[in-house]
Amino acid sequence: MSFVPEVLWTDALIWLLVFACTFFALHVVRTPVLRSSWHTVLERPMGMASLVVLGVFVVIGLADSLHYRTRLDNGQLDVEVKSILDRALVQLKQHTERTYSAPLATHAQARETIEKPNGGQAREKPRLQFGGAHLADPEKEWTGDVLIRMASGLSYGLIASIGFVCLLTLTLNAFWRCGISHAFSRLWRPQDKDPAWRSLMLSSFLLLLVSGIIFSLADGYHVLGTDKVGQDVLFQTMKSIRTGLVIGTLTTLVTLPVAIGLGLLAGYFRGWIDDVIQYVYTTLNSIPWVLLVAAAVLIVQVFIEQNESSFSSVAQRADVRLLALCVIIGLTGWTGLARLLRAETLKLRELDYVTAARAFGVSGPRILLRHILPNVQHLILISIVMDFSGLVLAEAILSYVGVGVDPVMNSWGNMINAARLELAREPVVWWPLVAAFSLMFALVLAANLFADVVRDAFDPRAAGSSGANS
Amino acid sequence: MIRYFLRRVLYAFPILVGVNLITFFLFFVVNTPDNMARIHLGVKHVTPEAIQQWKAEHGYDRPLFLNRERSGFDSVTDTLFVDRSQKLFSFDFGKADDGRDIARDIKTRMWPSLAIALPAFIVGLMVNITFALLIIFYRGTRLEYAGVVGLIALMSISGLFYIIAGQYFIAKLWQWLPISGFGEGINAYRFILLPVLVSVVSGIGSGARWYRTIFLEEIGKDYVRTARAKGLSELRVLFRHVLKNGMIPVLTGAVVVLPLLFTGSLVTESFFGIPGLGSYTIDAIRSQDFAIVQAMVFLGSVLYIIGLLLTDISYTLVDPRVKLS
Amino acid sequence: MNYTPSRYEGLVHYGTMRLWFISLFLPVLLAGCGEVWNNPYPHEDSGQNTLYSVFEERPKHLDPARSYSSNEVEFTGQIYEPPLQYHFLKRPYTLEPLTTAGLPVVRYWSSDGHELSPEAPAYAIARTTYDISIKPGIRYQPHPAFAVEESGQPRYLGLNEQGLASINTLGDFVYTGTRELTAEDYIYEIKRLASPRLNSPIFGLMSEYIDGLDELNRQLVVVAKSLPRDAWLDLRPYEFPGAKATGRYSFRITLKTHYPQFIYWLAMPFFAPVPWEAERFYTQPGMAERNLNLDWFPVGTGPFMLSENDPNRRMVMARNPNFHGENYPTEGEIEDSKKGLLTDAGKSLPLIDRAVFTLEKEEIPQWNKFLQGYYDASGISSDNFDQAVQFSPEGEADLTSEMKEKGIRLVTAVTTSSSYMGFNMKDPVVGHPGGESARKLRQAISIAVDYEEYISIFLNGRGIPAQGVLPPGIFGYKDDFNSVVYTSPGKRRSIEEARRLLAEAGYPNGRSAKTGEPLVLYFDTSATGPDAKSRLDWLIKQFSKLDIQLVIRATDYNRFQDKMLQGNAQIFQWGWNADYPDPENFLFLLYGPNAKAGRNGENAANYTNPEFDRLFVQMKGMANGQQRQEIIDRMTLMLREDAPWLFGFHPKAFSLQHAWMGNVKPNLMANNTLKYRRIDFLQRERKRADWNKPVFWPFVVSLLLLVAIVWPAWRQYRKQEEARA
Repeated sequence: MSFVPEVLWTDALIWLLVFACTFFALHVVRTPVLRSSWHTVLERPMGMASLVVLGVFVVIGLADSLHYRTRLDNGQLDVEVKSILDRALVQLKQHTERTYSAPLATHAQARETIEKPNGGQAREKPRLQFGGAHLADPEKEWTGDVLIRMASGLSYGLIASIGFVCLLTLTLNAFWRCGISHAFSRLWRPQDKDPAWRSLMLSSFLLLLVSGIIFSLADGYHVLGTDKVGQDVLFQTMKSIRTGLVIGTLTTLVTLPVAIGLGLLAGYFRGWIDDVIQYVYTTLNSIPWVLLVAAAVLIVQVFIEQNESSFSSVAQRADVRLLALCVIIGLTGWTGLARLLRAETLKLRELDYVTAARAFGVSGPRILLRHILPNVQHLILISIVMDFSGLVLAEAILSYVGVGVDPVMNSWGNMINAARLELAREPVVWWPLVAAFSLMFALVLAANLFADVVRDAFDPRAAGSSGANS
Repeated sequence: MIRYFLRRVLYAFPILVGVNLITFFLFFVVNTPDNMARIHLGVKHVTPEAIQQWKAEHGYDRPLFLNRERSGFDSVTDTLFVDRSQKLFSFDFGKADDGRDIARDIKTRMWPSLAIALPAFIVGLMVNITFALLIIFYRGTRLEYAGVVGLIALMSISGLFYIIAGQYFIAKLWQWLPISGFGEGINAYRFILLPVLVSVVSGIGSGARWYRTIFLEEIGKDYVRTARAKGLSELRVLFRHVLKNGMIPVLTGAVVVLPLLFTGSLVTESFFGIPGLGSYTIDAIRSQDFAIVQAMVFLGSVLYIIGLLLTDISYTLVDPRVKLS
Repeated sequence: MNYTPSRYEGLVHYGTMRLWFISLFLPVLLAGCGEVWNNPYPHEDSGQNTLYSVFEERPKHLDPARSYSSNEVEFTGQIYEPPLQYHFLKRPYTLEPLTTAGLPVVRYWSSDGHELSPEAPAYAIARTTYDISIKPGIRYQPHPAFAVEESGQPRYLGLNEQGLASINTLGDFVYTGTRELTAEDYIYEIKRLASPRLNSPIFGLMSEYIDGLDELNRQLVVVAKSLPRDAWLDLRPYEFPGAKATGRYSFRITLKTHYPQFIYWLAMPFFAPVPWEAERFYTQPGMAERNLNLDWFPVGTGPFMLSENDPNRRMVMARNPNFHGENYPTEGEIEDSKKGLLTDAGKSLPLIDRAVFTLEKEEIPQWNKFLQGYYDASGISSDNFDQAVQFSPEGEADLTSEMKEKGIRLVTAVTTSSSYMGFNMKDPVVGHPGGESARKLRQAISIAVDYEEYISIFLNGRGIPAQGVLPPGIFGYKDDFNSVVYTSPGKRRSIEEARRLLAEAGYPNGRSAKTGEPLVLYFDTSATGPDAKSRLDWLIKQFSKLDIQLVIRATDYNRFQDKMLQGNAQIFQWGWNADYPDPENFLFLLYGPNAKAGRNGENAANYTNPEFDRLFVQMKGMANGQQRQEIIDRMTLMLREDAPWLFGFHPKAFSLQHAWMGNVKPNLMANNTLKYRRIDFLQRERKRADWNKPVFWPFVVSLLLLVAIVWPAWRQYRKQEEARA
């Protein structure tokens, strides 16, 4: 079965972003100042741990950003667009039940009217088609089976962790050239200015244990239960990761050029340019944000309606809407950063070396690029990492208002929105809500902690004053 | 001072025109007056004549921006946009598309919004400052570390979670307070407590963290060292001197949101069934009532501009060195 | 802002602590008062003969000529009295006089003015007349529009801004008055249907039937243009042949055609009397600015009057002191007396003093307040279903023990409505242009989309799979099955069979036999809200059984309506609620000339079938009987074969009543049933106190938690202090 890669708009942008990040990383390695700042980020246990967690999210998100369509036996392309992640989780995706079932359950959550073999009807909880289907007598075997699977999951995690540590030791040995045993002990007792290896190992260890357990349980059960139409909640939350990441990152991609450009221009040239730019952002700021986004999203919907024929699949349609949402949030959200940059540029343009450059007749754009932009870099970086988590959270709010991502798209906002009614059910259906909230919490917490560490490392004002460095 | 004031008011004018232009554009790109008529006339048995009549009755039969039937200057002025904007600038909001008087609705719905937003703002400010100062007090210890991580954790939780959890536990399981709704007069306090509690708790994370950075900046300054050298206890230094000086950025930062408290919170109000301006706006979006949306956006911008003005004034009040020019 | 810093310090520090303290302990303080804490109503309202209910959306129009939605009729039905009403208990639904002395006398006339016998064929009938005589002595509710000075002059006339200065709502007018109801008031309302100021939703429909309504409208449009926009358009001088008074208490309505269903309209508020004084009163300057108009403050003769109208929060109806009096029905169905529905027989209506409707937009609070006893009745959403209802082994719905313990009762009824999935018959793939292939495709889909599963997942079994257009309870409904989709009652044809049909349609395995391209169909929806995603997911799952890729085209309501009007949708979901108990009201949904696209009718599927249309016209004019049934059967068979709809389901309404609420019998036609309700408010008071005891342990736990947080801080503080000392 052959396949043809399918590049969605957001995919292209995401990989562009990955490319840009790699480029930036090379730049960092070559620039001593930046390098030492980033090094301090890695030295902090919290920075390292949150980076590991973020890394896992990013890997899942990237795996979900490689799309393809399979070629059918008659040479036609399949309509459905799948990603590598779909392929990896194909079992979760296909094992859909009829309706709700609790995490690790063997029976559906609600009673149903069942035709008895003897002709009568009974109201009872039916067995699940896939969850715990391998058990002959769930009541007796369930506890043992789950415990065995968890134990084996733990041991997988343990083995993987040991493997990870070995791999790390070998790599570092190649780097330090100090002998394997020495490298191993340095991992545990890091020298001054070493990255926080222990934090790296501990967080990887925990993550591997958890994924080991989930992995071995997911084989026979729905680890996080199933939703109203029987889809696996674990699968949905995993698919939602990409949506969250895309909104958090691509939005910034839209914001940055606008914010940097306008902020620097206003601050540097002052006069009427400043007036116009200030006018634009005060006007934008004074319109309630939700209203602005809601109206813009509706416009995009109209656009999609009118160009129906260009979107042949559900994935493309949802993707364009997601992209549009990013662009809209980006275009309405640049004012904060622009204002910050404008103020900073106002200060910088009066500094000696800038006035000197002007006196030598260096052109405005050149001064902006050479002298001012490098000096506001840290502000931009800090605002990128700080905004990320806010954007992930905003998606949920927008979905509640009804102007979020496409309703068929997997996203935490959509999950939470659906789960509001489930809390009123009796017995209460808590797992989709808890799953969405906890994964979103994990991502946002990691991002926030990371942002905190980055800010401490880069912001000269905050440096040294933070207490979170014990 | 008066000249400055006048200048700012004059400056506000083009901003409001811009806001109006954007609202108009955004709304009418997606909605034709025909759509609006159909929504308001109901689904069953709507005739084209009825739609025409409805449009004429509500003034939507005129062109939006350019009247091709008129010549010269009139082609720009005899339009829906100019007509609506003129009325807005004289604060004549007119009638909603469903026939109710908007100004009267705003007047009555303002109070429930304020009843939630004002206590939430004040209590939130106090709680956040207290947390921030306490964390600073324990700086350099594990408690600070725990406190900062705790704050980051609090701000990483979705705001929706706080609302859902608050309603589920406090109102549903423990039956302490009514789950939603609003009351008249003194009876209203029972409906206010839960939304206020939820807003305060959901704001602690980001609020306290922000104030902490502000106060941290103060702590490195000379006067703090002097105060300490005088032998004042740390608690006293923090809650007297640092707080006093730190209040300047805190208050000037807070003043800008003060006028906007009138318009309430969109999400909180619709979850708790508060008949305030926030839920008014959401309902108007959902029922595509353009007159209300436009009035609310306009009101929001006016309040925002007043907030900016208040911020400037408060700068001069707390710091006489700042001159308004 | 002229505080001294030291004072502020104290305020912040201790003030915060105090506020925390208060927010934690306020409920405890309240407990001292010996009251439940979560009662959403004012204390002084307890112990009264009041019914508590909800409204989910603020009603847009309470003007009888304009209101059509069920949430509006819930109010207008209690306030306005059309000539007729449905009997509360009798089934099948029976019309009975409300303000009239007897049922209208219907007479048929030929084109040359001869009276015809009722058996005359429909085509011979040129005009129909309805002679209606109302009971004398009926008076309007007290209202300032009727208030008169001692001299007999209207008290509130020629008001201006000054005179209205102290007026904010209708209750601020000190004086009220009343007037006797006359036949002219009914005629005035019929004229209002044609008024260009009102845009009555039924004007288009009625102008096809009522003689001269069209001309009256044209006349009024001209007059309205010459008047200022807010001025009163007095309709009294304009005579028209459709409705004429024949005495102080009698009038005649003339139809220009044969339309036997017209009598049902006489039981709807559209034909309720409106006093001209009210219009004159409300059109005075200054009234509109105060939101005082007929759309918000109705004036009627019914058992209730709207005493408080805050559409943002609550609406209150109070007993109308001038009500002409009516007694609780003394006869009903056989089991009605067993169910206690006849214990109040002969008592004077209404049985309650007040009804409070609270705005409740979200479902969760509404359900919880019902369980806490703050609403007297509630529907059940599918999400609370298992908590409320269980099925006995025989499949009978019954309440769970939790509900039974609370004394809650369950009332169920199959509604007279149809929820269906329509194919746009203008569409080249699924519609008429697709010919036989499209028909097979539609049939295949009809088999694949498993509505039994839909009903069980999303409605918890509260619905019956539809076998045709007509719901049970409407004449013409037959308890048979759709042989295109089922092999026997309740047994769907297999997916293999559907796949076979699909192959015959030219799409073996969901791919076009000609080009090999996969078949992609589009579902148009404006669905939003929490439940939307799972419903759409379910639908995609159904189509994928046939390997058909279903693409969801989600859009906003306006866009969706536009698409439907232009006929650009492909597959969509739609529903219809009966206006009146006659098959015409359902079968016209597929009548060709009634198409939605281009004609703005209600035939959303744009189905056209000349044979069907011919039968429809024939069936419309017939009286219920064997002959009519046969024609309806033929029409139903035609639709099943053609499958322009996936006949979805007829929802079953399950509603819950607390033990203290009496006289509830589902009546899907009548909208004025509030007057029959009985409330045992003492019992309600006791139960509420019983059910709403607050839970205490979380207080203790949160206190402990607070200590656990403060304790290390305190220890640290001590340590620091010691180190300093």
